[in-house]
Amino acid sequence: MPGCFPGWAGEGDGKAMAEKLVISGVSKNFIAKKRQVVALADTSFTVAENEFVTLLGPSGCGKSTLLKIIAGLEEPSSGKVLLDGREITGPGRDRGMVFQSYTLFPWLTVRENIEFGLDVAGRSRGEKREVSEHYIQKIGLQGFADAYPRELSGGMTQRVAIARALANDPEVLLMDEPFGALDAQTRAVMQELLLDVWDESHKTIIFVTHDVDEAVFIGDTVYVMTARPGRIKARIPVDLPPQRTFDLKVAPEFLAIKKEILSLIREEAWKAAGASDQQFA
Amino acid sequence: MMKKGGVFIPKGDIPRPLYWSLAVLSFFLLLLLWGGLTYSGVVTPIFLPSPGQVIRDGFLLFTEFNLLQDIGASVFRVTAGFLLAAALAVPLGVLMGSLRVWEAFFEPMLGFIRYIPASAFIPLFILWLGIGESEKIAVIFFGTFFPLTLMIMDVTKNVPQDLIDTAYTLGVSRLGVFRRVILPFSLPGIVDTLRITFGWAWTYLVVAEIVAAGSGLGYMIMQAQRFLKTGYIIFGIVVIGVIGIIIDMSFKLLHARLFPWLGRGRGR
Repeated sequence: MPGCFPGWAGEGDGKAMAEKLVISGVSKNFIAKKRQVVALADTSFTVAENEFVTLLGPSGCGKSTLLKIIAGLEEPSSGKVLLDGREITGPGRDRGMVFQSYTLFPWLTVRENIEFGLDVAGRSRGEKREVSEHYIQKIGLQGFADAYPRELSGGMTQRVAIARALANDPEVLLMDEPFGALDAQTRAVMQELLLDVWDESHKTIIFVTHDVDEAVFIGDTVYVMTARPGRIKARIPVDLPPQRTFDLKVAPEFLAIKKEILSLIREEAWKAAGASDQQFA
Repeated sequence: MMKKGGVFIPKGDIPRPLYWSLAVLSFFLLLLLWGGLTYSGVVTPIFLPSPGQVIRDGFLLFTEFNLLQDIGASVFRVTAGFLLAAALAVPLGVLMGSLRVWEAFFEPMLGFIRYIPASAFIPLFILWLGIGESEKIAVIFFGTFFPLTLMIMDVTKNVPQDLIDTAYTLGVSRLGVFRRVILPFSLPGIVDTLRITFGWAWTYLVVAEIVAAGSGLGYMIMQAQRFLKTGYIIFGIVVIGVIGIIIDMSFKLLHARLFPWLGRGRGR
């Protein structure tokens, strides 16, 4: 449906796609300085098999918390997450994760980092080698296979982190602002590289970012989140061709979606500013 | 990339030859000062004998008084006490650093005992263990075990949570996290901590051998004081220093060998 602007209400489009991940009434509260803080308000949405979802929101909107709950690293205060119909109770190899901070194991080489998950699973030497070789080629780090993480640049580090997560062949890949610490040029290269890698496997991905361009450029669907308490404000399908290259970022279709999102964010920011004015009045 | 006065840039690097020349120079200056003070007669030999006299005394100690046996006795006590302390402190410290329940149970008590000087326990140890080897080893154990445990706990606490979380998402179990993440990440810090505390073990050794001993470097030094053999005292001190440096260098060499992933910088 090119040219049409779908509504941004939370309800799904009713398409008969396989529901990979169901986030149902998930919220997260915590106590800070004897006051209860709602980090994430009642949140529900579904992610289809092979869908590339981006969660877009300002810092402090609970998007990382949501991702950690899906990963099973944090427990929700209410609600549940279903993967292929089964409730998530803890972390597992079926949900790979890439963090913003550099989380390569510094005592392992690039190759050993990529093989880590397979090693944990007890795969044979030959199989590990085959998989790691494939991903080293894929991320263009031939010649760095035996390098240690401290010898890598930020962009290379994140490429290895993505390869490490994918080598483990997870059902879902969770990405928490993986390019957040990179400079603009490297970031743009990494976005294209990620899409290139994704093209091969079409994993289901949830990608958290605060960068509107990034969210629209790489996502099939953008969820816009608001801050304090974090909640999903809108669901925006990105009707752009699947083959995305850098020139898309200045195409009118791209800019139209970007404008729509920006006006949503602006509206929300004004509301937040007004609310806090009232608080201090 | 060095500008004028580049040697005095805070945290700036200096050429390796310069580093070693300065190290040698400091020893040379110390020797020069010592020689100047003694050969000129400014200081009486009974308080400070000349370098030549100390070397002659050292020769005597080796040939007439069987210094090697004393060295052997001391090295044995230090090693035994220290290995015992390390064998218990490393696992305990790692557990305390990773599991809050272990920390809550042990940390306050260890923190309390740590502030009691080990030497204050010597009378108690003599009462319990007699004046044999076990009493000396107990003093060294007591002096090193508590700070060692707490330092290893701190090292282990520095494992970034994101690294542990990453391991979980790659299929590592809770138990597996110790072997796969916590240990490999902490190992360099643990080896460094062992190097530092091994030095403290030597301090406690001398304390232990000054009281109720019949052999060892500390004992030899005490005997020498009784007979005003200042040269023996100084030679004994130098021997302890040399042994210390050898052990320190071996630890650093081991560190560089074991952990190539840290880069070939000076250990720290």
